[in-house]
Amino acid sequence: MPLKPSWGSRAFDSVNIALLVAFALLTVIPFIYVIAGSFATQKELLQRGFILFPTEFSLDAYKYIFSTQTLVRSLLVTIYITVTGTLINIFFTCLMAYPLARKDMDFRKPILMLVVFTMLFSGGMIPTFLVVKQLGMINSYWSLLIPSAISAFNLIIMRNFFQQLPDGLEESAKIDGCNDLGIFFRIVLPLSMPAIATFSLFYAVGHWNTYFNAVLYINDNTKWPIQVLLRQIVILASGGIGDSTAMDAEFAPPEQSVKMAVIVISTLPILLVYPFLQKHFAKGVLLGSVKG
Amino acid sequence: MQTSLNARVPASSSARSATLMGRLVRNRWLYFMVLPGLLYFLIFKYWPMYGIFIAFKDYQPFLGFWDSPFVGLKHFDRFFSDSNFLVLFRNTLILAAYNILFFFPLPIVIALMLNELRQEFVKRTVQTLVYVPHFMSWVVVVGIAYIFLTTEGGIVNEMLVRFGGEKINFLVSNEWFRTIITAEVIWKETGWGTIIFLAALAGVDPQLYEAARMDGANRLRQLWHITLPAIRSTIVILLILRLGHFLDTGFEQIFLMLNAMNREVGEVFDTYVYSVGISQGQYSFSTAVGLFKSVIGLILVVVSNYLAKKFGEEGIY
Repeated sequence: MPLKPSWGSRAFDSVNIALLVAFALLTVIPFIYVIAGSFATQKELLQRGFILFPTEFSLDAYKYIFSTQTLVRSLLVTIYITVTGTLINIFFTCLMAYPLARKDMDFRKPILMLVVFTMLFSGGMIPTFLVVKQLGMINSYWSLLIPSAISAFNLIIMRNFFQQLPDGLEESAKIDGCNDLGIFFRIVLPLSMPAIATFSLFYAVGHWNTYFNAVLYINDNTKWPIQVLLRQIVILASGGIGDSTAMDAEFAPPEQSVKMAVIVISTLPILLVYPFLQKHFAKGVLLGSVKG
Repeated sequence: MQTSLNARVPASSSARSATLMGRLVRNRWLYFMVLPGLLYFLIFKYWPMYGIFIAFKDYQPFLGFWDSPFVGLKHFDRFFSDSNFLVLFRNTLILAAYNILFFFPLPIVIALMLNELRQEFVKRTVQTLVYVPHFMSWVVVVGIAYIFLTTEGGIVNEMLVRFGGEKINFLVSNEWFRTIITAEVIWKETGWGTIIFLAALAGVDPQLYEAARMDGANRLRQLWHITLPAIRSTIVILLILRLGHFLDTGFEQIFLMLNAMNREVGEVFDTYVYSVGISQGQYSFSTAVGLFKSVIGLILVVVSNYLAKKFGEEGIY
């Protein structure tokens, strides 16, 4: 900065900062309110209105939701789907992306076109539903794992990432007697860990937040992932959380804070992972840009 | 033993010299690796496309796909003459237009503002915070909206009453539906939307700014003449993508916000396909509705991509 910033320039900066900070606060405050409300007592929620920090700390809402089977079961379902689903996603995405990145493979272009076309046009909800049904996946967790095994978009970005790896790697491995499978598992994958980490997060968020597919494919409410249960409690407000009819009216904490607590429980795990992977986002998103 | 000989030659030259058969054998592991993914796309993406034909049949599950009677355009006729058609079309168009008018420009504006920030710490903190809602599910976002807007102890209505107003039943009203939908999208996705523009901005040559300063351009002029042109092609590409998906604006979100009271303004093609198809089991009719939507969507992508190229931008394919 050789020039001293002018008055106009400094005014510009101050306004800019003020607006951005306001925007950032607007983004997080609703969620902070929900967290605070989940720990607040009914009295305080009603009297003080907008709470960002409860003066009277209460764990009743959490005790209540964890006293029922339903929430714990849904949480376990979601954890299972997230872990298994992400492993499946990453494995199949990488496995397909790598050959498509190799310039010496024939039919690379047509296969890519086949993939890209699915991003522009699809069979739609009903035909897809019928295929899943025909495969006997209704009411099975497979319906939440397999029909979304590969995202075309992620596949293409992953392929572009693989394409940037130097060709020499493969050639030298070949000379050392390694076949393509070996090159993929022993050289390419280990070198791609940053990309894999980013995509794991994206896929994991998708599974954690899975909602509509579960509505479509899972009728059995003991197999509901947490998001479906959340909708039941918060949006449809279908009377508490009870798998137990023995809803103890005296113990039951205020409905509002129970709803808030369920929201917190169904969001927190993803938000805890986020800071660790945040630094990869920008890179991950731009690995190969939008072009195929 | 052609393969083992070729292994010692650089890949590119051997690929050119060998016959197709030779290359297929040499690259057999690559094909082996591509196979599962290929099967996935064929089964879960192309088989449903083939299944679209039930839109032209009276599909009956016990008869199966082949034996269900062919009825031509019957379902399309019924849909186009249905009074629901215009309502769905209007609702979808208006929601999509709100999305492009009010949401689309915001990430660009925020990215430009962030780009002007010289205080690294503030910049990083703001970025970290505004990304957060993107990772929440639509159920959570809609849930938070419900908690804020409900008439039974919702904070917005409590405030309205406290300041002498009257309660508004936001969640079951026709007037507020589109505003709330758009506000939710803005809240959830604006921050995340800045990423791609910030990355484009990071690539701008700083010398350009220096030259502009020498010529006496103030911050706003620099923004207008250097920064904006630098991200123009990114804006165009994202606009094309958005236009291409014009008709499927936030299905999950709308599905979650819909209720018996706001269906008149909230029902869109996708939610209609769900309620007619899955809930009522009219597979053929709802497939016809879905097909209509997909074809319009495809046309929108092709046309907007063509236009982008015509105006000298790169396009998406």
